[in-house]
Amino acid sequence: MSMFAYIGVALTLLIALLLARPMGAYISRAFDYTPGKLDRFFGPLEKIIYKLGGIRQNNQTWKQYLVALLVSNTVIVLIVYVIFRLQDKLPLNPAGIAAMSPDLAFNTAISFLTNTNLQHYSGESGLSLFSQMSAIIFMMFISPATGIAASIAFMRGLAGKPMGNFFVDLVRAITRILLPLCVVAALIFISQGVPQTLHTSVTATTLEGTQQQIGMGPIGSFLAIKEMGNNGGGFFGANSAHPFENPDAISNLLQMLLMLLVPISLPFTYGRIVGNPKQGRILFVSMAIMFLIMLSSSLYAEHQGNPLINQLGLQQSAGSMEGKEVRFGIEESSLYSVVTTASETGAVNTMHDTLTPIGGMIALSNMMLNTVFGGSGVGMMNVLMYAIISVFLSGLMVGRTPEFLGRKVEGKEMKLIAVTLLIQPLLILAPTTIALMVFPNTISNPGYHGLTQALYEFTSSAANNGSGFEGLGDNTVFWNLSTGIVMMLARFFSMVTLLAVAGSMLAKTPVPESSGTLRTDQALFGSVFIVVVVVVGALTFFPALVLGPIAEQLTLK
Amino acid sequence: MKNQASVMNRDLITKALQQSFVKLNPLLMMKNPVMFVVEVGLLISVLLIFVPGAFGDSISAGFNIAVSIILLLTILFANFAEALAEGRGKAQADSLKKTKKEITARKLEGERIVEVPSTSLRKGDLVVVHQGEMIPGDGEVVKGLASVDESAITGESAPVIKEAGGDFSSVTGGTMVISDEITVRITSDPGESFMDRMISLVEGAERQKTPNEIALNTVLISLTIIFLIVVVTLPFMAQYLGIHIPIPVLISLLVCLIPTTIGGLLSAIGIAGMDRVTRFNVLAMSGKAVEASGDINTIILDKTGTITYGNRMASEFVPTDGHTAEEVGHWAAVSSAQDETPEGRSVLELMKKQGWMIDQELPYGAEVVEFRAETRMSGLNLKDGRKVRKGAVDAVKNWVIEQGGHVPASLQASSDRIATAGGTPLAVAVDDVIYGLIYLKDTVKAGMRERFEQMRSMGIKTIMCTGDNPLTAATIAREAGVDDYIAESTPEDKIAVIRREQAQGKLVAMTGDGTNDAPALAQADVGIAMNSGTVAAKEAANMIDLDSDPSKIIEVVAIGKQLLMTRGSLTTFSIANDIAKYFAIIPAMFMVAIPQMQVLNVMNLHSPTSAIMSALIFNAIIIPILIPLAMKGVAYRPMSSTRLLRRNLFIYGLGGVIVPFIGIKLIDMLIQVMI
Repeated sequence: MSMFAYIGVALTLLIALLLARPMGAYISRAFDYTPGKLDRFFGPLEKIIYKLGGIRQNNQTWKQYLVALLVSNTVIVLIVYVIFRLQDKLPLNPAGIAAMSPDLAFNTAISFLTNTNLQHYSGESGLSLFSQMSAIIFMMFISPATGIAASIAFMRGLAGKPMGNFFVDLVRAITRILLPLCVVAALIFISQGVPQTLHTSVTATTLEGTQQQIGMGPIGSFLAIKEMGNNGGGFFGANSAHPFENPDAISNLLQMLLMLLVPISLPFTYGRIVGNPKQGRILFVSMAIMFLIMLSSSLYAEHQGNPLINQLGLQQSAGSMEGKEVRFGIEESSLYSVVTTASETGAVNTMHDTLTPIGGMIALSNMMLNTVFGGSGVGMMNVLMYAIISVFLSGLMVGRTPEFLGRKVEGKEMKLIAVTLLIQPLLILAPTTIALMVFPNTISNPGYHGLTQALYEFTSSAANNGSGFEGLGDNTVFWNLSTGIVMMLARFFSMVTLLAVAGSMLAKTPVPESSGTLRTDQALFGSVFIVVVVVVGALTFFPALVLGPIAEQLTLK
Repeated sequence: MKNQASVMNRDLITKALQQSFVKLNPLLMMKNPVMFVVEVGLLISVLLIFVPGAFGDSISAGFNIAVSIILLLTILFANFAEALAEGRGKAQADSLKKTKKEITARKLEGERIVEVPSTSLRKGDLVVVHQGEMIPGDGEVVKGLASVDESAITGESAPVIKEAGGDFSSVTGGTMVISDEITVRITSDPGESFMDRMISLVEGAERQKTPNEIALNTVLISLTIIFLIVVVTLPFMAQYLGIHIPIPVLISLLVCLIPTTIGGLLSAIGIAGMDRVTRFNVLAMSGKAVEASGDINTIILDKTGTITYGNRMASEFVPTDGHTAEEVGHWAAVSSAQDETPEGRSVLELMKKQGWMIDQELPYGAEVVEFRAETRMSGLNLKDGRKVRKGAVDAVKNWVIEQGGHVPASLQASSDRIATAGGTPLAVAVDDVIYGLIYLKDTVKAGMRERFEQMRSMGIKTIMCTGDNPLTAATIAREAGVDDYIAESTPEDKIAVIRREQAQGKLVAMTGDGTNDAPALAQADVGIAMNSGTVAAKEAANMIDLDSDPSKIIEVVAIGKQLLMTRGSLTTFSIANDIAKYFAIIPAMFMVAIPQMQVLNVMNLHSPTSAIMSALIFNAIIIPILIPLAMKGVAYRPMSSTRLLRRNLFIYGLGGVIVPFIGIKLIDMLIQVMI
């Protein structure tokens, strides 16, 4: 059984590994402005879109790119907010669902705009079909496309190429990457039994002979972009633990592959954009090593089971099964929890609240580091930021002003990166403290686990992950507003600063490489990168983790 | 200026200790945000000694006092490092100031000589300086020739010749004329002289933070704020769990985590880097120039005097038909017996090297024929009547023909062969017989080849500039192992090369001394002027080599690299230290409330109090321990970047993780013994 399960885990990772490089190459071609084969296929459709939108396909400066990104995102979030507030009056609301409260609508709109999909509502009772199909799915495409576009522009800037045009990149991310793959994925999901219907429920007769209403909807199409776009918001409150949202092993496998696909491909895209595939490969390998360490720790922790139950003399040969789907077991659940937090998707097929403390800490750590692949585009931007920090430290150690991709890293860039580095601990630790001090009664557990719940919620928001530790009474004004603000700042602050970094690097004269230059495409640099990521992350969050999951694990005796 | 201030100079240390307390002034401290945070922590913990309940705490006064003392020491250690580095500069400045006393100048007004104080001299004034007098200000010799003792600036006791016109006309105020008389046109107003600039430079009065220092400082501030967030939020999280963390413990944690080691040593590293350059008798006009020298991609070197000795040296004796090399050598040596030029001496040296002897009796009492431009020959008229000559091939040929001799057939071929190989042929003749040729060659200085090899491994390209013809240039370039050369180069060529390299994003360094080098010196990213050079060259450069040794540029590059490496290595060390500190303090904080935290006490420290104390003490004493390293710079040998990185990561990264584990454990054991 266990052997078979491990083969499943290995198979998932192997397929992902095989897909990463060709997909990375495809993405770089998709965003290449020099005319190519892809244009013949996608060009006609895109031309219509550009014409309708009045888009001039000129290269933008980093400022123009950023303004385009921010303004369009703002307009979109306002529209979506209005839809949520008026959903009771809008069509396609057969279940008669009420309008969202202002704070919940604020939270939900930002949550989907920022690719977080933190859900303080339950899909079945909180959203009308119209809201699901227009607002939610619309944002599920827009937000990953925005992230991918920003990261491509960032990479171009670092590579010394023009930054590109935001609208063109946004359109291409949807037409060339997200949409085609989602169509295929949706069809596979439907073939596995995921419902795709406008009926909202089906009535079943239970064994006792009573009637049961089971919610349904256009889930197949929803599911594809939920995973592929690293969105993670569930159609149902139970997310991918619900049989309609994840019916079998194949759908489970496909979901994980979709979550990983874009994040693991982008390093290869990066390698191609900067013109040296090794640059991307070394970052991919570094992240993959961190991923494997996280996964094996999680698997180990979940297999140990809960010491308290062990003491009761209960059989736990399958590991800690509390909160897990029997269909998936320890391996597929642990893997899913690591994949969903590494890729900042936030979909769950097991309840993270009931992971063992260490298993939960792994999920938390993935989000705190936010560089073990990370979400669509933004993860790669974060990774490159850490690469620049690594270059700064190790560049000094070889006795030169640090250079990244042939351009000097100087005061201006380091200032921008320094504030970016600050924002994450601030957004996680400060609001967690406020929640613990001022709103302890919204936290369902006392003690270490309660602390972890609050910490998890803000970490998930700050990493734009969106998975919930649950157990929080989170549909309150405080949680809606605080997590809303955290999600927004976490998403856009770093986009602003990092695009500025790219703009500033782009303006510099490249320095030719010599044997005195620090090589960033070698294993040595990869290990520096891993150490910098882990040490900076560990130093920042170690005390909080000690008081949360570590204390919980230590006292479980 | 060499060796004037050693690190262990007692006077220096006393002054630095005083300065450490002066620098406690919060207004001065603000400039160093990392240490400022420590000072604020100190103030709070001192307050807690006197008002124990100020923050509702009830922790023993003894603990408060101990924390306060260690914090104070931490700041003092950091201040001491900075003061010590500054002090070394000041000591040099003081000794320079002594030479800058007011003297009486003899100013030329029309035909009259008026005695005025040197401070009243302005640009353009003419002064006359006699033997035994001090030159009253910077200037150019407009009349006369004199030997000048410049040891006040260069430390070199051998006098140098200064004469009107040409590249040896510039004189510096405060130097001494030791023979003859010169008339000098003053080129600087009071307070702007070379000596003034030098004093303010070594004193550090004009010190500004360099670009890289600013960038690193930003990172350190960012880390400090991150740890501030961590430490400020921690007690509230603990409070949710019902655990109370006393304020002094939090201050201890904060001080241990923020990068105090590098924060305390950063400015000392910068000052010491400048100082190392100065000690090397090179004056850097700014720290930025020293930093930039670490980044140099291309170095442009003059051939003569830098790569080669500049004097042509005898390297081979080439006989004509019917004669032997030994014969040629013998007569060449005889003709050079009274010749004190480097060429003449090199002939005798080559003889010695070959193991050939000359007849000492022959030149005895002979009449010396000096080299003259018209004859282009020199030699001896021996007592026995024979005439020995060496000189330019044409001149010797004509001289032999005049005496009825004939020119050997192979002479022209041999002479051409030497010329095409970049050498200079000198013919040797006795009366009407030409014995052969001396092959004079420009010789590459010993060790240059190895140095260029090193530079290549550091990724630095070397370009040789020479006025020689392309053939000669190619030969020397090949022998020296430079990457590229420019033959028959003019000053304009140099600028063109610098611009070409810079357009490729490279940083270029060069040395020069003449006025016509000035534009190129200004164009280069690092321009080093020779102190013996003209005022224009010195003003255009951003470094001045007081010893006038052009090959020093190579060491300057190494010092620049060392400066950056020291910064990077100590930053890495400082951050890596935090891991051990966490394992000391975090379990100590929570062990009472959560006994299971003992698992995290990997160092098995005795008690929570001793654990916190040990971490704090380690954090303080590591600063003075590292002061010598900050001053000296981390060891640097030229090697590829990958090997350098591996080595420094191993020493300062891995070392930075391991050392504090051992150090904290030792201090903890020591505390147990003492209590």
